[in-house]
Amino acid sequence: MNYRVRKIISNIMLFLCTLSFIIGSFFLFWILGDLLRKGISSINLNLFIELPKPPGVPGGGIANAIVGTFVLAIIASSIGIPIGILSGIYIVEYGNNKISFWTRFISEVLSGIPTIIIGVFVYILVVIPMKRFSALAGGIALSIIMIPTITKVTEESLKMIPNSVREASYALGVPKWRTIIKIVLPSASSGLVTGIMTALARIMGETAPLLFTSLNNSFWNIRLDQPIASLTVQIFNYAMSPYKEWKSIAWAGAFILVLIILILNVLAKYYARKRGYYE
Amino acid sequence: MKRDLGEKIFKGLTFISSILILISVAFIFYELIIGSLPSIKAFGWKFLIESIWDPIAERFSALPSIYGTIITSIIALIIGFPISIGIAIFISEICPYYLRQPLSFIIELLGAIPSIIYGMWGLFTLAPIIQLKIGPFLNKYLGFLPFFQGYPLGVGYLTAGIVLAIMIIPTISSISREIIMLVPKEQREGALALGMTKWEMISKVVLGNAKGGIIAGGMLGLGRALGETMAVTMVIGNAPNISISLFSPGYTISSTIANEFTEAVGKLHLSSLIELALILFFITFFTIAFTRYFIIKRIEKR
Repeated sequence: MNYRVRKIISNIMLFLCTLSFIIGSFFLFWILGDLLRKGISSINLNLFIELPKPPGVPGGGIANAIVGTFVLAIIASSIGIPIGILSGIYIVEYGNNKISFWTRFISEVLSGIPTIIIGVFVYILVVIPMKRFSALAGGIALSIIMIPTITKVTEESLKMIPNSVREASYALGVPKWRTIIKIVLPSASSGLVTGIMTALARIMGETAPLLFTSLNNSFWNIRLDQPIASLTVQIFNYAMSPYKEWKSIAWAGAFILVLIILILNVLAKYYARKRGYYE
Repeated sequence: MKRDLGEKIFKGLTFISSILILISVAFIFYELIIGSLPSIKAFGWKFLIESIWDPIAERFSALPSIYGTIITSIIALIIGFPISIGIAIFISEICPYYLRQPLSFIIELLGAIPSIIYGMWGLFTLAPIIQLKIGPFLNKYLGFLPFFQGYPLGVGYLTAGIVLAIMIIPTISSISREIIMLVPKEQREGALALGMTKWEMISKVVLGNAKGGIIAGGMLGLGRALGETMAVTMVIGNAPNISISLFSPGYTISSTIANEFTEAVGKLHLSSLIELALILFFITFFTIAFTRYFIIKRIEKR
């Protein structure tokens, strides 16, 4: 092959690589554009203040579902964040052994287990003994999904803290656990906050594990032992329904959901860049 | 003494949290096996090879769901894998350095979009296009292949596969990109100095070096495609069929569970659904465990 042919082949292949990037981002903008077009036109104030109404009745909102999504996220965070951070600390600070290797390995595997299986698991574990669907069950399912992500970011951000920082603290006579709480964790905080926001964005968009744990609810609910509405399940039910009004509410709900998730993601990115990882 | 106590408590807490993760995965496995015992007893191995799904007669088998899961994942890989590698190469080798961060953020956002949104987009935007444009086009020009025979309904294996392909792009491309970046700069420069063109350098040196990692990325993408639930449930058409035509509606393991779990009345029905979950757990667990193990080994070796 002479040089010109090789050069042409090279350019064609490089063009194909560029093209595949264009295809990938094209789909992102297509999906977002679709949401914007169909979502904005169906958004109104009623969505944020009213409860769902039966089909045919004008108006109706998803206020309870929006609040429900946040309630579920709070339950999941209050279980998932402590466990995730503590196990991340164990892996980096205490674990130089088999258990730390296996925790790391299994939590990475857990992060890839289909979320619907987590839903089935929590159904067997919580819903059957309690004999009812509940917000608590939904929160537990989401926390199991959250833990591996938090463990991973804790591990990564703690590893970036240089050992000299820890040694300086030991030299002052500070015990190891106080060093971790007072010195290591605050230094790693920007990484942790970024990770927590990303994890929150992920669980707020989950539907499958909620289908048969927190189910759905057409009314206000703040009791943890009762079913609770969530944006995602509500969107799913409305989108699959045959009614036109419900479908347009589903688009509006989808728009709100993606807005929340994108804001969390951009904030996470901004926070990570502003503070910078410890270097 | 007091200082010791604090240390012990804190270390204990971190230890318990770690153990909790290990226990919960073991417990998922255990509960799924216990839950599926009635169905295993009733159907045995026939569960895996028959194709009946009849809740009224209480006869269940997994083949239609397994078939749908595998077919949609294969379509997703065929479409998504090359595009993902292209994206990884573009971001790490072609685009200017200062654009790397923003451009990879765009692809990351693709991964941040919830699957229910993909489902809505697939159902309301992509499915009509498949039904009216792409489907008839494929049928007309490739209709001699058994895959493209029959009338496109819009929902079905092909639509689900395309939606999955978009969903696995961020997973595969981000891992491939990380592995590609690990290839030492000296090797690239050496290849260029020998007179290779840029593509020859990329395909022989970079991809040759990163081959294992890229395959691992593909496996993780496959893991995601196998277990994806909501998007697939909305566009697969939900019919317990086995059909060679990609236009026809089907079922996947996850969509069967999502659709029928809350409505399962009979004990055998519920147990069969849990056995489906067990099968899915097996498939994804070993796909991911194998891949992760490989990635850990490879990165630690360096």
